[in-house]
Amino acid sequence: MLHDVARDADICHILGYRRPVAFDDLLAGDGRVEPRDEMPEGYRRTLVRQIAQHAHSEIIGMQPEGNWISRAPSLRRKAILMAKVQDEAGHGLYLYAAAETLGVDRADLLDQLHTGRQKYSSIFNYPTLTWADVGAIGWLVDGAAIVNQVPLCRCSYGPYARAMVRICKEESFHQRQGFEILHTLSHGSPAQQRMAQDAVDRYWWPALMMFGPPDDDSPNSAQSMAWGIKRFSNDDLRQRFVDMTVPQAQALGLTLPDPQIAWNEDRGHYDFGPIDFTELAEVIKGNGPCNQQRLAHKVQAHEDGAWVREAASAYAAKHARPTEGAA
Amino acid sequence: MRDWPLWEVFVRSRRGLSHVHVGSLHAPDAEMALRNARDLYTRRQEGVSLWVVPSTEIVASDPGEREAFFEPAGDKVYRHPTFYDVPEGVEHL
Amino acid sequence: MITPPDSSPPPLRSSGEQSVGDPDRPVAGLVVDYVLGLADDALVSAQRMGWWISRAPQLEEDVALANIGLDQLGQARALLSYAGRLEGAGRTEDDLAYLRDEREFRNVWLVERAQTDFGVAMARLLLVAAWQSELYAALASSSDETLAAVGAKAVKEVAYHLDHATSWVVRLGDGTDVSHERMQAALDAEWPYLDELFRPVEGSVVDPASLRAGVLDRVTPVVAEATLVVPEVTPARGGGRQGLHTEEMGYLLAEMQHLHRSHPGVSW
Repeated sequence: MLHDVARDADICHILGYRRPVAFDDLLAGDGRVEPRDEMPEGYRRTLVRQIAQHAHSEIIGMQPEGNWISRAPSLRRKAILMAKVQDEAGHGLYLYAAAETLGVDRADLLDQLHTGRQKYSSIFNYPTLTWADVGAIGWLVDGAAIVNQVPLCRCSYGPYARAMVRICKEESFHQRQGFEILHTLSHGSPAQQRMAQDAVDRYWWPALMMFGPPDDDSPNSAQSMAWGIKRFSNDDLRQRFVDMTVPQAQALGLTLPDPQIAWNEDRGHYDFGPIDFTELAEVIKGNGPCNQQRLAHKVQAHEDGAWVREAASAYAAKHARPTEGAA
Repeated sequence: MRDWPLWEVFVRSRRGLSHVHVGSLHAPDAEMALRNARDLYTRRQEGVSLWVVPSTEIVASDPGEREAFFEPAGDKVYRHPTFYDVPEGVEHL
Repeated sequence: MITPPDSSPPPLRSSGEQSVGDPDRPVAGLVVDYVLGLADDALVSAQRMGWWISRAPQLEEDVALANIGLDQLGQARALLSYAGRLEGAGRTEDDLAYLRDEREFRNVWLVERAQTDFGVAMARLLLVAAWQSELYAALASSSDETLAAVGAKAVKEVAYHLDHATSWVVRLGDGTDVSHERMQAALDAEWPYLDELFRPVEGSVVDPASLRAGVLDRVTPVVAEATLVVPEVTPARGGGRQGLHTEEMGYLLAEMQHLHRSHPGVSW
C-alpha cells in the first residue's frame, strides 16, 4: 500500500521512473530493451535472425498438420486441428510483428524464407504419414517448443518477450491435444496402438534435435546468453524436455525409441542415448524428406496470392479517405 | 512489391478498461485492418472493442530525450499523498 | 387464389403425418432430410474452406478463413447432431458425417466443388453467406426450439462471413484490371449454382423459395459496388438435395471419410 512506503526515492520506483541507462546497464539489471532504444548492431541482427526464423517455423509448421485437416477422423478432431493450425498462423504473425519493431519489413523476411536465405525449424521437414503423427507433433514437437519458449518470455527484448507470453498462453492447449490423441490411440485398437508407437518412433529423435547442436558445438550460444536473448543452454533445455517426457510416455503406454533411457540417481536426471547430429545437419542442409515440398507449398501460396494483394492495394489507393491519417 | 501497410492494434479487453496495445498486422486499408485485428487478436474473446492505427501515424518520444522528458518529474514528490505527514489517529485523509 | 408463401416458416408437422409425395416416408423423416441438407451444406463448406489454411494470399487471411471454416464446422456439428436425434436411430454427428455414402449427402452443388482460386472462394462465400444469413434468421424464429437456437447463434457468424466476402469481392472487383476480370469470371462460375438453394425441399422448415428475394437484395448491391455485373447464366441442374452430386463430391468424401472408415467402430 502506498502510504506504507517510504517517501522520495521509493516514489520514483513506484512510478516506474528510471534514470536513462545504457544498454549494458539495462541488461545487467535484467531490464527490457525496447524498440527505440540504442542497441548494438549484433544484438539487433541476432534478434532479427532468431525472431524471423521462429516466425518462419510457425508458418511452415502449419503444413504438416494442415495436411490432416481434410482427413481428421472425427468432427471434433477436425475443429481442434483447424484451430491449432490457425493458431500457428497467428503465432507467426505475432512474431513477424515483433521482428518488424527492429526496423525490418515482413515482406523482406518472407522473401528470405522463400529464397532459402533464412531457415525454419528442421522438424517441419518431416512428413505426417498417419493421423498419429498429428498427436506426436502436438505432444513431442509442441512439447519441445514450449520448453524452448517459456524462457523466451523473459527475453531481454521486450516485443519478443511479449509475443512469447501470448504464444505460450495460447499453446498450452496444443501439447495437451497431442497427448490426448496419442492416449486415445494407445488405448484403442491394435492398429491404432501400432500407429501411435510408429509416430513416436519417428518423431522422438527429431524432437530432441529441436534444441539444436550440443553446447560445445554451439558457437553463438554464449553471446546470446550474455545478451539475455537465451536463458538456458541447448543441452539444459534438452535434458529438461527428456525429464518431462519420459514419465508422460509411460502414462501413454508407449515406448521411446532409445534403449539407453534410464533414471540416473546421481544426476537426478534421465540419461539418454547419443543423438545423431549428422541427421540434423543433413536436414538443415536441405536434404530432409520434405524440404523442397514445404518451401514450394509456401512459395506457391504466396505467388498465387499476388493478384489479390495487388488488387487490395490498388483498391486502397483508389478509395483512400481524404481524412485518413489526418484525423 | 512491398507488403501492405503496417497497423498497430489496440484492444479493450472489457468495458471499463482502456484500450491496450497488443501488436501489429498488415492490411491494405483501415476496414480490412479492423477485420484482420478481430480475427488475429480476439480469437479467444480477448476484446470487446478494437482500434487500429497506421503505424506511421504513431508519434513516439525519443529514448535519447528520456532525461529531459521524464526526469524533471522525479523530484516533485509533493505530488504524491505519501509526501505528507498525517498525525496518528486521523482517518479518511 | 393461393397466397404466396411469406417469410414466416410453416410450423413443424407432427411425426405421425404422412407426406403426399412419398407415402412410405413419415414427415419426420423428411424433416431429418431437410436438416441434413443444411448440415451438409455447412460441413462441405467447412471441408473446402479448410483447404485454404496455409494457402491464403496473405497470412492474416489464413487466420480469417480458418475462423470462417470453424464457424461452418460448428454449424454442421450442431445440425448433424440434431438430425441424428430427430431420426431417433442413435446416429451421432460422426456417424452421419463419415458413414453416409455420396447418394445420402444432401448438400447443394454450390458448396461441393473445389475452390482453389481465391476469387472463386470469395464469390462462393458471398452467395453462401448471403443465403445462410436469410436462412438462419428465418430458422431463429421457427417453432422448432433447436433449429431456432442454432439459427440464432449462426446468424451472427454468417453476418461476419458475409462482411468478409463483401470486403473481398469489392476489392477484387474494383482493384486492378486483372483482378476485375478474375472476380467477374469467379462470379460467373458460381452464379449458376445459386438457383438450387431456392428450389422446394420436402420437409422444409423454412420455404427455400421465400429466401430468394432477401438473398438477391444482399448480393446485388455488392456486385454493383464491386463494379461487376450480375451474371446472366442458365441455372445449373443441381440435385444435391436428392443426393445427386457432381463428380467432385466423391473425391471430397473419399478424402474426408477414408481414415474413419478404415478403422470401424474405434474412438478417436
